[in-house]
Amino acid sequence: MTVFAFYLFALVAVVAGLMVVMSRNPVHSVLWLILTFLSASGLFVLIGAEFVAMLLIIVYVGAVAVLFLFVVMMLDIDFNALRGRFVEYAPVGGLFAVILLVLLGVGIAAWHEAPGAAALHGSPIPEGVQNTAAIGLVLYDKYIYLFQSAALVLLVSMIGAILLTLRHRTDVKRQNVMRQMHRDPAKTLELVDVKPGQGL
Amino acid sequence: MIGIEHYLAVGAILFVIGIFGIFVNRKNVIIILMSIELMLLAANINLVAFSALSGDLVGQVFTMLVLTVAAAESAIGLAILVVFFRNRATIAVEDVNVMKG
Repeated sequence: MTVFAFYLFALVAVVAGLMVVMSRNPVHSVLWLILTFLSASGLFVLIGAEFVAMLLIIVYVGAVAVLFLFVVMMLDIDFNALRGRFVEYAPVGGLFAVILLVLLGVGIAAWHEAPGAAALHGSPIPEGVQNTAAIGLVLYDKYIYLFQSAALVLLVSMIGAILLTLRHRTDVKRQNVMRQMHRDPAKTLELVDVKPGQGL
Repeated sequence: MIGIEHYLAVGAILFVIGIFGIFVNRKNVIIILMSIELMLLAANINLVAFSALSGDLVGQVFTMLVLTVAAAESAIGLAILVVFFRNRATIAVEDVNVMKG
């Protein structure tokens, strides 16, 4: 059952990943990307890393993919003009992909665990503790600086994104509350006594 | 139980798909950003596979850092994209040479 689930998730992840880059419509690409991340989180659950799996769903499917969808739908882009010459680029890209895949395959095939590698583990998985609790035990204790630097990365990127996209338009009239409050009726209002039949 | 090689193979294939995506979609920045996300996911799969199958939690902790960096990267990338689209009304990467010295 586990083997079947692994191959199912792996196949879906690879096919969806291919569809991300091959799809004609970027909205479809984002949806395939979501499927890829869901399958990858399924793979993580199978291997016993539930916390990272749920994090992948929350961060990627919940935030990043929605951000992509938002941008794809907000920008008024003619995507057909951006299609480019797929037939022209595909052979070179495919060649590089095959070469890289062969190199990675050679590396993976030759990989084996060195003797004594288990003694070098930074924080071995404790027995009888669930994955989330085990990560919490080391994350807020041993790797607190890593955690805080991740928070710093997020802060800097948030400030950067706001700073990049913030714009003050000069041709739009806006309400200025302070100016509104400090208006003096004596300076702005004038009472005119209009005689009947004369007008102003 | 699934061996670690299977996970590494899935990670390698996803990484190569990401590279291939950058090659064939070299005009569309959005697809390029998605390809980078795929490559980071491949890195995450490798980290988690090594972490879980060799019994060390560091890999999963580091995966969270990679997730953070990926989210920050896509946010900044899309912000740059929005600003570029406002100025040029296109997102073709080949037009991004106005700052050429």
